[in-house]
Amino acid sequence: MKQIPIILAGLCSLLALLFAPGCAPPAPSEPIKIGALFSVTGPASFLGAPEEKTVQMMTEQINAAGGINGRKLELVIKDTAGSPEKAVSFAKQLIEEDKVLAIIGPSTSGETMKIKDLCEENQVPLVSCAAAETIVVPVAKYVFKVPQKDSQAVTWIYRTMKDMGISNIAVVSSSDGFGAAGKKQLEDMAGAEGIRILANEVYDKSATDLTDVLTKVKGNSSVQAVVNWSIVPAQSIVAKNMKQLGLNVPLFQSHGFGNLKYVQQAGVAAEGILFPASRLLVVDQLPDSHRQKKLLAAYKKDYESRYKEDVSTFGGHAYDALTVVVEGLKKAGTPDRQKLRDAIENLKDVVGTAGVFNFSATDHTGLDLTAFEMLTVKDGKFTLNKK
Amino acid sequence: MDNGSLALQYLLSGITKGSIYAVVAIGFNLIYSATGVINFAQGEFVMLGGMVAVTLAFYVPLPVAVAGAVAIVALVGCLLELTLFRRLRRHSILHLVIITIGLSIVIQEVALHIWDEKVRSLPYFSGNEVSSIRFLGAAISPQVLWVLGTVGVVVLGLHIFLRYTLRGRAMRACSSNPEAAMLAGINIPNMRTLAFGLSAALGALAGCVISPMTMTHYEMGAPLAIKGFAAAILGGLGNPMAAVAGGLLVGLIEAASVSRLPAVYSDVAAFAILLLVLFVRPQGLFGAPSSDAVREH
Repeated sequence: MKQIPIILAGLCSLLALLFAPGCAPPAPSEPIKIGALFSVTGPASFLGAPEEKTVQMMTEQINAAGGINGRKLELVIKDTAGSPEKAVSFAKQLIEEDKVLAIIGPSTSGETMKIKDLCEENQVPLVSCAAAETIVVPVAKYVFKVPQKDSQAVTWIYRTMKDMGISNIAVVSSSDGFGAAGKKQLEDMAGAEGIRILANEVYDKSATDLTDVLTKVKGNSSVQAVVNWSIVPAQSIVAKNMKQLGLNVPLFQSHGFGNLKYVQQAGVAAEGILFPASRLLVVDQLPDSHRQKKLLAAYKKDYESRYKEDVSTFGGHAYDALTVVVEGLKKAGTPDRQKLRDAIENLKDVVGTAGVFNFSATDHTGLDLTAFEMLTVKDGKFTLNKK
Repeated sequence: MDNGSLALQYLLSGITKGSIYAVVAIGFNLIYSATGVINFAQGEFVMLGGMVAVTLAFYVPLPVAVAGAVAIVALVGCLLELTLFRRLRRHSILHLVIITIGLSIVIQEVALHIWDEKVRSLPYFSGNEVSSIRFLGAAISPQVLWVLGTVGVVVLGLHIFLRYTLRGRAMRACSSNPEAAMLAGINIPNMRTLAFGLSAALGALAGCVISPMTMTHYEMGAPLAIKGFAAAILGGLGNPMAAVAGGLLVGLIEAASVSRLPAVYSDVAAFAILLLVLFVRPQGLFGAPSSDAVREH
């Protein structure tokens, strides 16, 4: 067609016009650029979507209050859709092209492990919102994480069981990374805590019905409690199936149960489920004197009024990651990657949604056992589990 | 729990899972019978049915929501056939099957954008999340009876439609001998559209009735499609009753496997049995021997 060159010329000039304004010289007081990798869409979107919303909200609040050391905060957010490959390519982009000071996220352990070495080599501080132990063990100088450890969740579960006089349990877990990690922790720590695992089954993470696995558990009459380690939808399916089968022993879930939506999905079957989680979920029940109460109440109110959905502990991890970076920036003074890393490593007594953070050269998680609280479900709401 | 009750419980569990697979397998079977296409997007019709019903259920009573979802997804099925498959009539069956795989991915993404990643479900049709029917020491959720009831009604309805109505007989004619059907004045493209629409409707109905048990979320289509497809193949493509039998069998095999082996092997057991059957009887357990007659009723 003879029109092709004309059309191409037209397109090129249009594109040039669109990009020309972006080529203006940078503003005098440069904003502080922080990169963020979240799985906003895709299979881990239950993590990434609230995380992205949280940091957007926080960035606006911080900038409205004057920014950090007088400079505006600019968050460059990339959606990895839960893919480790995309996480790597976006991380490279953030480090080399956008030249961010630090990266918060990613949302999942798989993605974090893929970019751990990249950030370490490029000396870019990484504050991950994922929970796997291997992110901080062995400690990499530039890599931190803010969620509690799986082992701490398991410790809470086992100690609560001992308080309840339970020693023989069944463990059911899903076939994905999260389930496998939890299963390992449960197995490793059982002996030391005096718990015997009588039945240990792995089910397909996309299973639509788990009555067969639970029938097997029911067949073992010595089982006093069931621990389920998975994410949705298996979390609610296990709860419902147990009640439908008449398997009336306590059900413990992982800290992945930390969203009121999951309680709603399991309906009446959710009553009495026990799980460890951040106090964010029961902030109304905390005494006013509690250190975290003010921050948690403010986060819950702001998030829920703006986004019209319940807060979750997952969004809370993003809150903590950004808080850690911001506190590090304030302490470091000049926006320099090395100084920021040193500042973060020496942060003490920083109040977040998951707990109070105290980092050190050997501890890049910063949280201890007090970060968790044992919660239960009563009348369709989360409450503290009274001993 | 004594051994008899335990065995009965495993049986009921197998029927529970099997009913889910059966209700999905019927849709696979119908499109294959009528058009020769294995529609890998069938799982997405199931997902869409559940999603649309959950949304509608906010505004109208449950039965209306289910009926509405079935109608809307049937329309979607017809539209997809009209826009995609009608133009591609001259392409080989293999091309069309691959297109359905691509279609399933597209529908998943569209669903994610319309509804977001959250898991949702319809309320139980009778009772709630903890109700169960007990007998002889074993228990089953009342929703399973709804699924089995739906399967029964659908199979009966299809049987009547395909054998005793003009349209149904025309559809069977298209699948068994397209040229002769054309000569007899049957509009083949319209029959195809009808088959897609009907299959989508059945998928949507399946999605609604299993929603309280399996939860509805944008990713549920693919694993269900695989299991439903396996069930349809095991039973033998070409016969709705065979699809149901295949579904129930897959569920029972999985339950039996869990009772003896670690649960993680249940899928392996199901597919191993499927492969074994196919080696011995390639047309499936209840399919007719020759490849032409496979699509007969």
